Amino acid sequence: MKKLISNARKTLGYSALAVAISSVSGVALAAGDKLVVVTSFPSDLTKVYKEAFEKEHPGLELEVLSKKTTAGIKYIQETAGNNKTDLFWASAPDAFEVLKDDGLLQKYEVKVNGIPAKIGSFPIHDPEGYYKGFAAAGYGIMWNERYLKAKKLPAPAEWADLEKPVYFKHVGMSAPSRSGTTHLTVETILQNEGWDDGWATLKRMAGNFKSVTERSFGVPDGVNSGNFGIGVVIDFFGLSSQGAGFPVDFRYPSATTLVPANIAIVNNAPNAEMAGEFIEFVLSEKGQQLLLDPKIRRLPVNPKTYAQAPAGFPNPFTDERLSNTLLFDLQLSKNRYNLVNSLFDVMVTYRMDDLRAATEAIYEAESALEGKSNVKAEELIQEAKGLIAALPITEAEAADPEFAGVFTKKRKKATDKVTGRQAEVESSWDAFVVANYRKAQSLAEQAQALL
Amino acid sequence: MTSATVTRKGLLRLPTFSATQWGPGLVAALVGMFLLVVLVLPVAKVVYVAFQDPSTGDLTIMNFVDFFNASLFRESFINSFYVSAMSVVFATLIALPLAYFTTRFNFGGAAIIQTLGVIPLIMPPFVGAVAMQLFFGENGSINLLLYDWFGFTIPFMEGLNGVILVQSVHFFPFILINLAASLQNIDRSMEEAALNLGSSGMRLFRRIVFPLGMPGYVAGASLVFLKVFDDLGTPLLLNINNMLAPQAYLRISSVGISDPIGYVISVILVVFSLFSLWVSFLALKGKDYATTQKGGGGLLKRDLKKWERIGCYGVILLILGFVMAPHLALFILSIASVWSFSPLPDGYTLDHYAEVFQSAGGYISNTLLYAGLAGLIDIVLGTAIAYIVWRTGIWGRKALDFLAMGAVAIPGVVLGIGYLRSFYEVEVPFSEVPLASVWGVIVIALAVRRLPYALRACVAALAQVSISLEEAAESLGANKSRTIRKIVVPLMTGGILAGFVTSFATAAVELSATIMLVSTESDAPLAYGIYLFMQSAAGRGPGAALGIIAVLIVGLGTYASHKIIERTKRDRAVDQQS
Repeated sequence: MKKLISNARKTLGYSALAVAISSVSGVALAAGDKLVVVTSFPSDLTKVYKEAFEKEHPGLELEVLSKKTTAGIKYIQETAGNNKTDLFWASAPDAFEVLKDDGLLQKYEVKVNGIPAKIGSFPIHDPEGYYKGFAAAGYGIMWNERYLKAKKLPAPAEWADLEKPVYFKHVGMSAPSRSGTTHLTVETILQNEGWDDGWATLKRMAGNFKSVTERSFGVPDGVNSGNFGIGVVIDFFGLSSQGAGFPVDFRYPSATTLVPANIAIVNNAPNAEMAGEFIEFVLSEKGQQLLLDPKIRRLPVNPKTYAQAPAGFPNPFTDERLSNTLLFDLQLSKNRYNLVNSLFDVMVTYRMDDLRAATEAIYEAESALEGKSNVKAEELIQEAKGLIAALPITEAEAADPEFAGVFTKKRKKATDKVTGRQAEVESSWDAFVVANYRKAQSLAEQAQALL
Repeated sequence: MTSATVTRKGLLRLPTFSATQWGPGLVAALVGMFLLVVLVLPVAKVVYVAFQDPSTGDLTIMNFVDFFNASLFRESFINSFYVSAMSVVFATLIALPLAYFTTRFNFGGAAIIQTLGVIPLIMPPFVGAVAMQLFFGENGSINLLLYDWFGFTIPFMEGLNGVILVQSVHFFPFILINLAASLQNIDRSMEEAALNLGSSGMRLFRRIVFPLGMPGYVAGASLVFLKVFDDLGTPLLLNINNMLAPQAYLRISSVGISDPIGYVISVILVVFSLFSLWVSFLALKGKDYATTQKGGGGLLKRDLKKWERIGCYGVILLILGFVMAPHLALFILSIASVWSFSPLPDGYTLDHYAEVFQSAGGYISNTLLYAGLAGLIDIVLGTAIAYIVWRTGIWGRKALDFLAMGAVAIPGVVLGIGYLRSFYEVEVPFSEVPLASVWGVIVIALAVRRLPYALRACVAALAQVSISLEEAAESLGANKSRTIRKIVVPLMTGGILAGFVTSFATAAVELSATIMLVSTESDAPLAYGIYLFMQSAAGRGPGAALGIIAVLIVGLGTYASHKIIERTKRDRAVDQQS
């Protein structure tokens, strides 16, 4: 026993020593020439760029810090007082907008030639000059072929297909508040179909959801493993899953928005000059070609790069469907950004069970109605559908900057004042939504009882 | 036992701060200071937001009124409570037979069974989730086979019941470890006395064995309750949002939103956890579990009859099979080429391991270093706090215990953000490196997050060391520190090691605070590496392979510490004979 204790004491001593030594050496190491990149991209992508860039700049160390977009934003915000990050590198333009508004990004002028001003209808670079697009991505639908075959389901082609009763509990999507890219899909649908119809479409689709995943990669992951059959995903998730050998397929519906993935220099970057070099490298022909790697599969923003693309690789600069994509109003999206996120969460994410139950009741009533004519039942079903689609807030209210301010009340100065509280607003929405879903369910059940 | 209690009470009535207490008092002050800096201040910096009026910045409790007014939050609260309570029940059902069989009977491979019992705690993030879905999900292997053969499926992973299932399988080792340690410490003479008086079988277990093992059980059960109440990963994996922890997380980590309600939920999580801790205190209050003799240790072990042996093995295999299924699925995933919507993968390959071994070296050594140091810090603090709380009359000792246990209720994200807020603008002396980006901070964060585990184990161990042994040492002239070093700590060894193992094993796979604090990839631990792989479709296999490596490392560590416990016991037995 004595021995054990003296041993333990010795170990403790050594470890304490080890801590002291290694923390000192850790400090010493930090002094080399390096470039720190905070990114939400997977290592499949960053590894390729790190190797290529370090090869061009011997002696430089490209330090990749992977954090998911939300954590990355928080990290840069929280560390701004003593910033050690050079670059922020992520998909969603909104994330960059948040950082830009907080004054955490630095302007940069790109030197490389050959990058067009727009892809689809989206400007590739931030018009104000803060962040630069380097690859494009569009939203679409991916599905697991084995799953569809086993459950005897047709492959979906359009957003509207996802509303069909055959897909009940087979669809997965992420929440816009969790994933910047999902937010873009939701906003695209809202801008394309208008506020009321757009939400109605989204909620009909959501009625078929098996799950609302907590992170955007949860969707391709669920489809790949066959947890659900169909997912609403950004193209490279579908294309790279295919590249990894999964029995999945991907398709752009006719209404999609191409959005650039971006890179920006962080304000007060310790190594701003090298950061600029990295942006140039990413946009150079060499850098653009790396995007075609089967594990990456993102759409280059340099039209020339497509000459080297494998057969069947979508080209937004020549593919009519992709080049004619919708106009996307970035300002509108930005104004109601948090409001749309919160509304989606209140109506779909947090009330999935109620929404699903109501949807199921309507499907059952509709299938009972098929081939019969019963005006009363038809009316009840229509009323139930109307209740599901109903919104607790009008488009005009949503666009009112004062009201949207409830969701962004980041007080910049102690004197700033915002009225209303998000929790208060959400709570009233929640009451409205739950009452409607439950009523819709009981109306559909009444309709079925009539048949 | 009664007389011991009386003496103890008499001795402990120390109205004034006597000379014998200045040593522990100093230690208490130091520990308190430490916790203040690494736990209270960072959390307070974050939690402060919960009490801030978002529009004016004044202090207010309006946010809490909002919380209780929202039906979603009330529902979430009830769901969380229900799930936690039910998980304790199921975890008990799993842990009780395992703990009893292995401490009670002469049984081949008891150490292995106890080691295997710890493995569920070390399910690495993300990969564990994927593996569970592949096996138990609605379209997982089991349901696909059931559907093919019998035409029906079982919704293992649906709704709140799914959460309860996964949580009890995941957290039952807390009860197993603590209960087994407790049972091993029961004085054999108690049992012999009962046997002499004619008690046996279930009655003996109900009236003597289980009550004496109570400190360990309560320690384990309260941890299970707290962990489930606070756990984020499982509900998120099952896409259950209507529970408190996921609500807090989803709200805190949303893009660009600075709504205070997420922080309000965090405060409520902390307060409620402290409350349930207090209830578990009450459960043990007024009872004395110490036994004076530390004889051969543990219950009488007896050989099993043949059919009994078969029965025991049957139960154990059934439980273990269930508990180890996620790891089996993870292993298959790590050697699978493509596994999609089929009971088993399409093909097998070792490529994932080859890929992982190229990059994993740094992750592995970092993990061992961080988790090892964190475990060490935890048992030192745990032993100190346990002693201060249970053996001294120092003012504020209960507060110290609550404080340390409170860490169990702090969501990792909150602690991570708190550390960035508190330590990022402080620089390491003589350099420009922010304090928050030194890896030592990750160790501290891990230690703080896992301190409650070690503390519960140490408290349970100390509760079973009779104070009269200390009194004997002191009356023989040993001073306080010598008594603690030579008598108390050695007698607590089993519990302390159990604490180390739990802290180490769970710290090795922790991600939520680490992901906020990792500031260079060379400082990143295994869990972070897994996270990196699991961000892409091609990374699923390598991520699983890294997960298996994590499980192996922690499993080996646990096994080694079991061996040490066994050896210590043998040494002690030899000492006594000579």
